[in-house]
Amino acid sequence: MRKILALSCAAALAFAAPALAADEAEHPKQMPWSFDGPFGTYDRAALQRGFQVYKEVCAACHSLKYVAFSAFDDAGGPGFTGEEVKAIAAGYQVPAEPNDQGEIFDADGVRLTRPGIAADRLPSPYANDKAARAVNNGALPPDLSVMVKARHDGPNYVYSLLTGFAEAPADMTMAAGMNYNPYFAGHRIAMAPPLLPDMVTYADGAPASVEQMAHDVVTFLAWAAEPKLEERKKLGLSVLIYLAALAALLYLAYRRVWRDAH
Amino acid sequence: MAGHSTYVPQTGLTRWLDVRLPILRLAHETMTTFPTPRNLNVWYTFGGILTFMLVVQIVSGVVLAMHYVPHADMAFDSVEDIMRDVNYGWLLRYMHSNGAAMFFLAVYIHMFRGLYYGSYKAPREVLWILGMVIYLLMMATAFLGYTLPWGQMSFWAATVITNLFSAIPGVGEAIVTWLWGGFAVDNATLQRFFSLHYLLPFAIAGVVVLHIWALHVPGNNNPLGIDVKSPQDTLPFHPYYTAKDAFYLVLFVIVLAIFIFYAPNYMGHPDNYIPADPLVTPPHIVPEWYFLPFYAILRSIPDKLMGVLALFGAIFTLFVVPWLDTSKVRSARFRPIFKQFFWILVADCILLGYLGSQPADAIWHAGGVEIQLVWIARLATAYYFVHFWIVLPVVGFLEKPLPLPDSIAKPVLPKGHAAAA
Amino acid sequence: MAHSQSAEPTRRDFLYVATGTVAAVGTALATWPFIDQMNPSAAVLALASIEVDLTPIEQGQSITVMWRGKPVFIRRRSEKEIAEAGAVPLAELPDELARNANLPADALATDADRVTRPEWLVLIGVCTHLGCIPLGQRGDYGGWLCPCHGSHYDTSGRIRKGPAPENLYVPPYAFLSDARIKIG
Repeated sequence: MRKILALSCAAALAFAAPALAADEAEHPKQMPWSFDGPFGTYDRAALQRGFQVYKEVCAACHSLKYVAFSAFDDAGGPGFTGEEVKAIAAGYQVPAEPNDQGEIFDADGVRLTRPGIAADRLPSPYANDKAARAVNNGALPPDLSVMVKARHDGPNYVYSLLTGFAEAPADMTMAAGMNYNPYFAGHRIAMAPPLLPDMVTYADGAPASVEQMAHDVVTFLAWAAEPKLEERKKLGLSVLIYLAALAALLYLAYRRVWRDAH
Repeated sequence: MAGHSTYVPQTGLTRWLDVRLPILRLAHETMTTFPTPRNLNVWYTFGGILTFMLVVQIVSGVVLAMHYVPHADMAFDSVEDIMRDVNYGWLLRYMHSNGAAMFFLAVYIHMFRGLYYGSYKAPREVLWILGMVIYLLMMATAFLGYTLPWGQMSFWAATVITNLFSAIPGVGEAIVTWLWGGFAVDNATLQRFFSLHYLLPFAIAGVVVLHIWALHVPGNNNPLGIDVKSPQDTLPFHPYYTAKDAFYLVLFVIVLAIFIFYAPNYMGHPDNYIPADPLVTPPHIVPEWYFLPFYAILRSIPDKLMGVLALFGAIFTLFVVPWLDTSKVRSARFRPIFKQFFWILVADCILLGYLGSQPADAIWHAGGVEIQLVWIARLATAYYFVHFWIVLPVVGFLEKPLPLPDSIAKPVLPKGHAAAA
Repeated sequence: MAHSQSAEPTRRDFLYVATGTVAAVGTALATWPFIDQMNPSAAVLALASIEVDLTPIEQGQSITVMWRGKPVFIRRRSEKEIAEAGAVPLAELPDELARNANLPADALATDADRVTRPEWLVLIGVCTHLGCIPLGQRGDYGGWLCPCHGSHYDTSGRIRKGPAPENLYVPPYAFLSDARIKIG
């Protein structure tokens, strides 16, 4: 009895939550995601639309440096074909290797580039972090490759952030260039609201509301962060079924061995 | 335990080998015929589970090291390369990170089992101390390993923990500079941490061999805490305990698999997916859950040096438990007062763990009253030391234990029934 | 051991055999990721083939590209080089095999079997003696000369004189268009 009491005291205390300080980020909106749960998968159409949103909106400031074009035709991903991947890659200019004169800049000091190939990773919009800060008022737009894993409740957080921009409350002072967003810690974020209705014309004709674009780009970023999610869950099912069967056999064997001991 | 070996080599080859290096004889004696108390329960399966987890960590670690780059500029990138490009790299990485957490879960159950059944008491004091050495090496290995991905938590945990050594009067600063290889945690630190992280698990393996040897001299303790009196009290390790250990091992692996495949980042911290930035301190620096109780103890003392001493004191306390507990009776089954205090200790450790996860300035609002969590942490820390240094000696001295059974076999076997040979 | 072993040996043994087999199979399958992780990763495989644009290459000019960690010579041969290569009788060649990955292993080293289109010569630029990189348009046969131990290759990349035992290898390649080839 005492044991139960002691343990439940500890458990109860664990649930007593400390109070929210002012300006602490609001709890993110809880959205259903196709990749939630043990059997969740990525919605392929959403991945392709999400890539379009990333490319046309986010990529202006945010790099995705760990994602290679060759990942786009992998199983469990956006489902582009090999030819489409080559075309997507070729549509990008990536920094070129030194030419035969050993140069990497042209006569005007501009970085030499070449069309991308499938093996390349997505190029960054800026040459380096300092260049990024110089253009963005000192703020550094973070790389988004693992953003969904780098935030607590990642997909919901990013979705809430993208759809949560609003007018600052009357009593709040905002520094120049800062934007009000209650889902960001401190409620002030340097990023201006990136999504406006219909700013992207979806290739599949879906209506491009802010919520739809946010949903699609979050799905895409979730894949960018966890491209092996579908393979992982599938293998997990096989492994658990196998282990359950093995456990059952081992249990029977264990009981059989011990039957004679008593 | 010191007895006549029953191993008889069956073939010409095994006879030849037995005369030159009796390794099969050793295996036979330690893992096949070894007389083990017949009443061991599920809590005694964790030694085997721990051995398995050590092998899992070493094997997954060695293959990860084929792809990981221990340089500050490339470490984070190399981990992403493992997750995305290396065949099954994602599986190996999640196996290693979740394996470490499950390794600690198993070791805590194993240690609490020892505390409950008095497995640290004479003549098993050295066994207990070797176990504490393994625990210490595990904590060092885990700390070193956590810095390797070079995320925000990696970097700042390394900064906080190495800075602890500056509390040492006089030579503290020099020691910290020596640990860092520079003026702050940087590439030099990461590279040496990788080297040591690769080395220490083999030291653990060596101490595990000593640990099992020290166990086999007196033989296993058991839930009744009374000595083995006759062969009727024991069963050969194989097949009785190989079968039992195998079954519970698979149950444990099922839990590990659920984490690896369905919640691989649940026990981790999202901030470690942010590349290390020496200019940005995360709002809450938190170690992995298995270090949280010690973190709470460290932070509960306002003075830096005293906090460090409390932290190491808490670990040192565990080393001397065999001498702190004065009771002649081993198992908590026959020690009703001790048993209550044991569960209070468990609750206290869980509470300390929770407190370690909270911000240092967190406040509770309970029924209109505001309580600073740090005061709860101080009480919980105080109780920890009170338990080992006051409760254990006093209760051992004053408590009237329940009557012990005559033998292990007696409560188990029906009257007059012969035991299995 | 147990007394009742003789009572029903087959049923008990079957359980133990079945359990042991299932455990062994699972363990064997579980080793595969540890072995496969040493196979080339996706990043390495992405560079297993490369495409090369041939338009900047003039007649009589060569470029060198890296493919799977090795240099590949791509040469746009002049009429004279093609004619010279074609005129050499097979009996004069120390190595009579084509060493062309696009053809069967027993194809002979006629110039026609060393190329897909006569104007374009694609060779792995590693000397077949001990692995140095031969220097272009040098040596006694108008082809390549390896500076390490003096192997001379002709305008079809075939060994003519020196210690190298075999002709320079021709990698697998194909023309995607008149101005583009894919190697590998």
